[in-house]
Amino acid sequence: MPQYLLSVFQEEGAEPPSPEHAEMIMARVAAVQEELKAAGKWIFFGALTDASSATVVRAADGEVSMTDGPYAEAKEQIAGFTVIEAADLDEALEWARKGSEACMWPVEVRPFLGAPPA
Amino acid sequence: MSLDPHELAAIYRREVGRCTATLVRVLGDIDRAEDAVADAFAVAADRWRAEGVPPNPGGWITTTARNLAIDRLRRESTRDTREREAMTLHDPAPDPPADLGDIDTVPDDQLRLIFLCCHPALGADAQVALTLRLLGGLTTAEIARAFLVPEPTMGQRLSRAKRKIRDTHMAYRIPVADELPERLGPVLATIYLVYTEGHSATAGDDLLRPALTGEAIRIGRTLVAQLPDEPEAVGLLALMVLTEARAPARLGEDGELVRLAHQDRSRWDRELIAEGHELVRACLDRDRPGPYQIQAAIAAVHADAATAAATDWARIVALYDHLQRLRPNAVVALNRAIAVMEHRGPAAALDALDEIDLPTYHLFHAARAEALRRAGRDDEAADALRRAIALTSNAAERRHLERELAGLG
Repeated sequence: MPQYLLSVFQEEGAEPPSPEHAEMIMARVAAVQEELKAAGKWIFFGALTDASSATVVRAADGEVSMTDGPYAEAKEQIAGFTVIEAADLDEALEWARKGSEACMWPVEVRPFLGAPPA
Repeated sequence: MSLDPHELAAIYRREVGRCTATLVRVLGDIDRAEDAVADAFAVAADRWRAEGVPPNPGGWITTTARNLAIDRLRRESTRDTREREAMTLHDPAPDPPADLGDIDTVPDDQLRLIFLCCHPALGADAQVALTLRLLGGLTTAEIARAFLVPEPTMGQRLSRAKRKIRDTHMAYRIPVADELPERLGPVLATIYLVYTEGHSATAGDDLLRPALTGEAIRIGRTLVAQLPDEPEAVGLLALMVLTEARAPARLGEDGELVRLAHQDRSRWDRELIAEGHELVRACLDRDRPGPYQIQAAIAAVHADAATAAATDWARIVALYDHLQRLRPNAVVALNRAIAVMEHRGPAAALDALDEIDLPTYHLFHAARAEALRRAGRDDEAADALRRAIALTSNAAERRHLERELAGLG
């Protein structure tokens, strides 16, 4: 069955939500994750720390360099992602809709390359 | 036996979308389906010249294309199994039977293909290009010319869209009832965009115009045949048919654009008008009004009037009011203001126009110019016309506005 990466994008440096609000969001996201597991479509879920904690490593010609901060200098950064199985794109889009409703941020749907090993 | 090339072209136009639609299902891959259908038409051009056109040319093409594709797959699979495995367009139907009997087109397949081409995960540009290519059988060069895009750009747009369909595993299926409202919107918008592009002639190749309007109406008819209970689909077809009915009167003998008010109504196509009226009645009876149905109803009121002066403008203003409530939009407001000018005079129209914010739209200034002229304010009318002329990119429109400006002189 095809697999999809569902990434949640957040505005970098946005006002952090109040603890109650954050708790409510986490509970809603957890509910969608449970639904995915119950449907047998769940593969992985992870929430990420702030993108400013990222480090980019470049290795070329035996030289290694590191830069502080996320690779893409974008206003929107990935805040978390889930990997799911779905019969087709429409099913993956439907899970993304539920996820976006739960976390109130946009969700990007991107298929994995090639068929997964049977 | 002889085969008239016009006959072959007509069969191609009529059958290519259906054959491609069925082959996409059978083969599970768009590129293979396109190649197979093209190969089958090439074989047909030879065979039919010698043997005559078979009684069911669509079935003949479909069966031949399937057999050619399977031959090719067998040859390739012995060489390269990986390529066969790359056929990943998701197909909920079972594998075709190993016994290769005749197959025929399935009406459902065309609906599947329409919804695939107009999937909301594809951009509007890609939806239009795919629809013309796969359902209309237009070449990449023809689509590029119709939309004033360089051919390589259009080629990339098409291959990117097809790759996305494959990579994202888009299903080849008809949306279920509760998905329809969301899924039908982009389908109707795409068909209407193809129609208006053909009708309005922003620029480009005039020879392609009838191909676009004809294709849009053909796909609209297919959609209505498959979804007769969707009033907006019926409304869109009615709108296109009623607009098309006026096409013979839209251009004067000198090739100039003739506005509705000055058209020779004896040249309107009565058959299309009758069909349009019937469609408007059929959809309005369902009492689920929508923007296409109301625009069709407006076109029907125009079609009813024996002369421009005899038009029921009160009814048209009321329909525009209804349309405004459903879909508030500045262009709709502009058309409403033009109807108000006919119904209640230039002062009321100028009041309505003052509420509209379309400073860069040439038709807004053209409408203001007309209201000002009728109000006897010729100097202001000339200013508005000059602004309209500066804003239009369409040569026929510009000449028309320049004649009006000269008329003010």
